[in-house]
Amino acid sequence: MPAWTSRRSSSGTKRPRPGANALRAAKAAVFLAALIPLAKLSTGAVLGTLGANPIEKIIRTTGYWTLSFLLITLAVTPLRILLRQPWLVRLRRMLGLFAFFYGTLHFTGYLVLDQFFDWPAILKDIAKRPFITVGFPSFVLLIPLAVTSTDAMMRRLGGKRWQRLHRLVYVSAAGGVIHYLWLVKKDISDPLRFATLLTVLLGFRAIVLLRRRVRAVSAA
Amino acid sequence: EKLPGVRKSGYVLPDALTSLEDVTHYNNFYEFGTDKESPSRTAGSLKTRPWTVAVEGDVQKPKVFDIDELLKVAPLEERIYRLRCVEGWSMVVPWVGFPLAELIKRVEPTGNAKFVEFITLHDPIQMPGQRSSVLDWPYREALRLDEAMHPLTLLVFGLYGEVLPNQNGAPVRVVVPWKYGFKSAKSIVRIRFVEQQPVSTWTQAVPSEYGFYANVNPEVDHPRWSQAKERRLGEFFKRPTLMFNGYAEQVAHLYAGMDLKTFF
Repeated sequence: MPAWTSRRSSSGTKRPRPGANALRAAKAAVFLAALIPLAKLSTGAVLGTLGANPIEKIIRTTGYWTLSFLLITLAVTPLRILLRQPWLVRLRRMLGLFAFFYGTLHFTGYLVLDQFFDWPAILKDIAKRPFITVGFPSFVLLIPLAVTSTDAMMRRLGGKRWQRLHRLVYVSAAGGVIHYLWLVKKDISDPLRFATLLTVLLGFRAIVLLRRRVRAVSAA
Repeated sequence: EKLPGVRKSGYVLPDALTSLEDVTHYNNFYEFGTDKESPSRTAGSLKTRPWTVAVEGDVQKPKVFDIDELLKVAPLEERIYRLRCVEGWSMVVPWVGFPLAELIKRVEPTGNAKFVEFITLHDPIQMPGQRSSVLDWPYREALRLDEAMHPLTLLVFGLYGEVLPNQNGAPVRVVVPWKYGFKSAKSIVRIRFVEQQPVSTWTQAVPSEYGFYANVNPEVDHPRWSQAKERRLGEFFKRPTLMFNGYAEQVAHLYAGMDLKTFF
């Protein structure tokens, strides 16, 4: 197991650790905060303040938050290493599930609101519209990750296999960013922001991995 | 501000009008930002008086029109047109203006004039979106002379009976209802008659996606998405897109013998 995912890696240092209550409070706070985009969208839908094209607004907003939560989830590991706050990993599953949650809303929005189950049009989209060709599998990839997110599934798969499977999140996030990049007509500043963040987050992992390799070689 | 002396025209549609609120708050006008809500918020910085439009190039009588003079070139009429965006949405707008042909006749194009180019104001102070190089400013669009002379092609000064709101292309724009919206240049300061086919801004930006003709055509997909259907703003179900945006009877002859897949 790589050092940055092992709970033992923190055992040497004496850092203050939040107690069970504090952790519960942190989880509750993150949970409520993660629902804010949905609450705003629902309020707008009820009040009719989503603008001239509410369907587009719903799909864009849920897509934006899917990508955002994917990146926030991927930021947990770098942050807990850099800030030396190993407990942060306890928030990661919930954040990842919120990425899946918003991804499901995004996909359902497309299926029901945009296409209204027009299967031939949907299949044509997946086959012919590059941004959907890459977006669709990026979402589908998240399904096995959500299904295997429980403690029981983690035990059943075993740490190593579970971890290997969950590396698919890198592919899904990269696919999601490309999906956004290929969607926009010309102003790619927003998708580029996501691309930059993702590069930093994956780059961090590459550096950690490289340093471990180097250390392993020099130790041998 | 109401435009005076606007008469009704025979150009009406069975389709319901898109609300004034939606027409004025869902705008593709990159000079004021690349999302659709920005122009309604930021276009207040545009000064539409004084304003002149230079009509020049291969014409016998080039002239710089003051906007208030231009308004009086022909009687203003209200025309209800469909507007179909290349992105797959559409609206129905009661425009106020007169046929561009009226202006063209005044300046008397020479035999060399084959195309008409429209150039938008270039002023990053008034148009904050131009501070970003997302497109090559100023915005340029063009029509073949026969397209520009077509009775459907409208020089527009208003909508819903009122002076054109800034975010909709004030003080003067063109509206070509059988083409995707980006062909209809806004906030025009120059109209040039030329011999060579001009390269329009979107074509220059992405030649494979935005052609010179840009005729609404459900059978020719945009390279990245289908054009078979569209979402009319305010409606839940998509509706099939009509050939030439429903104006085939009037304009199809302009393209007789042309392969519309090649000349997209």
